[in-house]
Amino acid sequence: MIQVSQLSKRFGYRMALHGVNLRVGRGEMVALLGPNGAGKSTLLRILAGLAQPTAGRVQVAGCLLPKQAAAARAQVGYLGHQPLLYDELTADQNLEFFARLYAVPSAQARIDELLVLVGLDHRRREAVRGYSRGMLQRLALARALLHRPRVLLLDEPHSALDLQTADLLDGVLRAEARAGVSILIASHDLGRVGGLAQRAELLADGRIVATLPKAKLGRKLPAHYARALEAANG
Amino acid sequence: MASFVSAIWAILRKDIAAEWRSRQLVTAMLVFVVLVIFIFAFTLDIDTLTRRQIAAGVLWTTFAFAGTLGLNRTLASEGERGSLDGLLLAPVERSAIYFGKTLANLFFMLVVEIFTLPLYAVFYDMSLAQPGLWLVLLLGSWCFCSVGTLLAAMAAQARSRELLLPVLLLPMALPVLVAAVRASSAFVNGLGLEYAQASLNILVVYGLIMPALGFMFFDFIVEE
Repeated sequence: MIQVSQLSKRFGYRMALHGVNLRVGRGEMVALLGPNGAGKSTLLRILAGLAQPTAGRVQVAGCLLPKQAAAARAQVGYLGHQPLLYDELTADQNLEFFARLYAVPSAQARIDELLVLVGLDHRRREAVRGYSRGMLQRLALARALLHRPRVLLLDEPHSALDLQTADLLDGVLRAEARAGVSILIASHDLGRVGGLAQRAELLADGRIVATLPKAKLGRKLPAHYARALEAANG
Repeated sequence: MASFVSAIWAILRKDIAAEWRSRQLVTAMLVFVVLVIFIFAFTLDIDTLTRRQIAAGVLWTTFAFAGTLGLNRTLASEGERGSLDGLLLAPVERSAIYFGKTLANLFFMLVVEIFTLPLYAVFYDMSLAQPGLWLVLLLGSWCFCSVGTLLAAMAAQARSRELLLPVLLLPMALPVLVAAVRASSAFVNGLGLEYAQASLNILVVYGLIMPALGFMFFDFIVEE
């Protein structure tokens, strides 16, 4: 569902990604771990069609990027640092707007279903500007799932979430993976995503420096992860 | 084609709904225009004839600056709060975003013009019962919004977006403003269509070229 080979991205003189290879299969949940500035967000933005690669081959949900970007975007749900919502509008209005853009069939039923799922059904007619950070993140999750994407890209989805909201997010992600959705979660928090992902790719200084299988995804940072990061950071 | 049109319609509706709830943008534009009308009216000590002669210039200068306020809010603020990514992620032609935003900007500018024109009529001794003047307002506003939305998309990705937009926009919109002032002046001063024809032609051509450029290049402008 996600296939990346020899992907590089340059911003001016700075290489943000160097020859990245990555594969996420159907129903697989993979964590992309790394410190701040490692290139996680850049990789996710390229996969979402928000940025163009400098070199390499990127395929998302069977579509080659950037050539088939519009078709790929229809299959991708993206949860970034910002909730990508409109403060002035209610939860209902925000989701109705995105449902129109994605041409979601039976949109109202889908919106009702998602607002119940993320626990915002009772606040659906309030302007989003009054929502807490956790509520915004839950609504952003509903936005990302609205069009039933086959690929989910999540950038630090647990940041600033309370325990209850983080557990809700984990539950939703497990259910989506069981339904066959490919999920890539960028994070620097191994403790949180370690329990979710089947595998972790360690990104440092724009390079995949190690792969951790499920068995090694514990709460404690593995020594070779720390060494790999140190080596990559010089 | 249907999804292209429905995306334009969705963006237009969303912007109007957001403005209806906040009433920030149109209020700011209206207050600005009314203040400028009063400042010019009470500081210029001129007779009625001269007042009518300068009316078109004052009218378009005011609308251009008020329009710039609006452009800064509608697209640059999307960049500021990151919601532009939400639009760019949608599986629609990106030029649909351009047209949706241009129409939303046009709507807000026309609302401000409709509400403030009676004040101009009072202070500058203008007659509003001139279809030609309304045609110039519609054409001129369309041209201004079509170039403004394109440049606002460029500015949205810059840090000093609110400063950058007027610096980029006013030179680019100069042909529109000159043509709109000349055509409006012809109608306000009762000179008729033949005096406004050349300026109207410029507005029509500009109003076709800019949207065509937006259609072709908006995707590249918003691409990271």
